[in-house]
Amino acid sequence: MGLPPSMQVEESEEGRILTISVGPQHPGSGHFRLVVKVDGDIIVGADPDPGYVHRGEEKMCEYRNYIQNIPHLERPMIADSCGILYPFCLAVEEIANISVPERAQYIRVIMAELNRCIFELYWLGIYGIFLGHSTMFMWPMGDRELLIDLADAATGARVTHAYFVPGGVRNDLPENFKERAIRQLDYFKHRLDQYKDIFYANPLFLDRTQGVGVLTAQDAINLGVTGPVLRASGVKHDIRKVEPYDVYDQLYFEVHSMNEGDSYARAYVPFLEMYESIKIIKQCLEKMPSGPVRTKLGPNPRGPAGESFKRVEAGRGELAYYLVSDGTPKPYRVKLSVPSFRQIPAMPHLLKGAKLADMPAIYWSLNYWPVEADR
Amino acid sequence: MSSQGDQPEEEGQSKEAEAKPEAQQKKIEILALEKGIVDKITGRFGDKVNLVYAKPRRIRFDVKPEDVLDFARFLHDEIGFDQPISVAGTDYPKENVIQVVYHIGCCTIPEYASSVFAFALKLPRENPKTPTLIPVYRGVEYHERETFEMLGVIFEGHPKLERLLLPEDWADIPPLRKDFGIKGR
Repeated sequence: MGLPPSMQVEESEEGRILTISVGPQHPGSGHFRLVVKVDGDIIVGADPDPGYVHRGEEKMCEYRNYIQNIPHLERPMIADSCGILYPFCLAVEEIANISVPERAQYIRVIMAELNRCIFELYWLGIYGIFLGHSTMFMWPMGDRELLIDLADAATGARVTHAYFVPGGVRNDLPENFKERAIRQLDYFKHRLDQYKDIFYANPLFLDRTQGVGVLTAQDAINLGVTGPVLRASGVKHDIRKVEPYDVYDQLYFEVHSMNEGDSYARAYVPFLEMYESIKIIKQCLEKMPSGPVRTKLGPNPRGPAGESFKRVEAGRGELAYYLVSDGTPKPYRVKLSVPSFRQIPAMPHLLKGAKLADMPAIYWSLNYWPVEADR
Repeated sequence: MSSQGDQPEEEGQSKEAEAKPEAQQKKIEILALEKGIVDKITGRFGDKVNLVYAKPRRIRFDVKPEDVLDFARFLHDEIGFDQPISVAGTDYPKENVIQVVYHIGCCTIPEYASSVFAFALKLPRENPKTPTLIPVYRGVEYHERETFEMLGVIFEGHPKLERLLLPEDWADIPPLRKDFGIKGR
């Protein structure tokens, strides 16, 4: 019986090395291929092969003006659409020298944190699928709907909000938003407490993730990984804290990190961050002043020639935009530095020496989203 | 601190704002933290590098390809910017230049953590070549590969300078060059 063409066997002194092509079927979040070489069930080499969902977002940006760029820029990461638009708006505001009303800054922080929770729940649910834990898929996906409803009430769209615009947000929050948000968040917090017992203390989950794919702090920095992956390796680096944007410097929250650096820590840090997000949203709802939510811009906002590099802490980590303006209403160059793309070097590093059965646990704990990485 | 006469870039910490007619001069106020970093760099490299700007929390230098490895090592080992964030290539057909900017962050030294250090290489459009920075910043591997396929920049010494995001049968010019147009636009 012959092997399929995607699999090859090499004989060498060390033994028989089998090459397996994992993907490019949809492994939970987008099309992605991983070429894995195994000796028995030990991985001896892994080669990530992204690009199956490349759309040329950066090139598309050069053909549209700043406002027209908003809707398509959130497509690479619809699970966290506010997170991916946030630095774009900050960069355009710096280039075109646009001020943002204070209320809009609070609303942006609320929506960014709400989207962080929506995103982390989605991610946690798919981690459940990867580990064969179907309750872990059903519960977060169900609870996510409540938060999506909340975002829907504010923005008018379930996931692709296109809510952040240079100069503020598209529209004000609805009238009963505060009461509704507090009620949902209280319930959500109660659910998170249950997650802790049911998922994070589950012996099956612990066995599959603890001590699997350990990334040291030094390697994490050097490989350039970011976000929860970096913090799970003991590096307390959060853009919201180190370089606060909008009103993050007026809010109280903690940055969580763990020293283990294994897949469990990478799953637990985002979980702790959801508690912080709840805290942040509640503070914003209390402190938020009334007033306008958007600075009126002219039909074709533009700025002088120059460049801007803005970054925010999105759900997956540091998301940065390098924006070059040549004085026209269209950007000359937009470069998205997305967290998923930055996690790629960690993949071959961690998979080498791991068991093939641990591959899903390591792969998904890296918080890698193919669609975002390919752009 | 010095700058070449033909460059429109500003001198950062010179006290008197000397009038340069070709540049849109405005006096940069460098903050103490940024000044410390800029002084260290210019103290070591002098004329070889060129300060483009030193805004709050953002610094950019222009570097030549022959100095870039030393520059990156100095930045990594002596100053402490250790986290590669992004490598961005930009095409400037009018100046016949492809500019490659490395953005480097820092997550071990608290006072530098808020800053992003950028250094740019201006490469000729016909033959853009520069040494790879993988020996210093391990994480730039895939960023450099992307810049290679999107702008055609050759990173010498890169272990796997192959196609990354584009289709395997891509037969056109690198798509982020300005002379590549999207069909129908």
